[in-house]
Amino acid sequence: MSSLAADIISWPLIVAGSALYVIGALGLLRMPDVFTRMHATSVSDTLGAGLLLAGMMVQAGFSLVSAKLAVVLLLLLYTGPVATHAIARAARYAGLEPQLHVDKEDGS
Amino acid sequence: MFEIAAVAVVIAHVFAVIRALRGPTVFDRLLAGNTIGTAAILLLAVVGFLTGRPEFLDIGITYGLLNLIGTLAVLKFFRFGDLSHDAQEEGAEL
Repeated sequence: MSSLAADIISWPLIVAGSALYVIGALGLLRMPDVFTRMHATSVSDTLGAGLLLAGMMVQAGFSLVSAKLAVVLLLLLYTGPVATHAIARAARYAGLEPQLHVDKEDGS
Repeated sequence: MFEIAAVAVVIAHVFAVIRALRGPTVFDRLLAGNTIGTAAILLLAVVGFLTGRPEFLDIGITYGLLNLIGTLAVLKFFRFGDLSHDAQEEGAEL
């Protein structure tokens, strides 16, 4: 829809952002306890969303839409860690212990 | 190009809902809710681009703010038992 150069630049950004986003969401599903899941979602919240929004900014060119995308990016970069920190602190306060060792069968 | 992003974000939604349903503790569910909120913002932005309507981004920004406040409110409710707890009354121990 826009110039070829913008497409060429934004295409890898968006694909990489999407891949990172799915990996972060997969980490949310697969990690053993709350604290490691937070680690996984912060990957998708910051870098995955960042790359996606950067790709969209390139696609939108120099316009109001890019400004709004920048605001969304700043919003995500600020609210994500605040919410994760609050959840982690509440979990610790509620007495949730992070799983420091994995007692596998071979006792390692 | 945006279809890939939309599919990825919807997959993230599905994973977050699965984690919300399965999450043993309330904090897993809260984390999943927070992830759903973030993914919703991105889905709004991507769909706004797909359908050529830039005003979706405003909805996304508002939803992002509400999502944060909602998460903090639920956390406060689970920690102090009720939302009207005033830390100055009993001297917040934490």
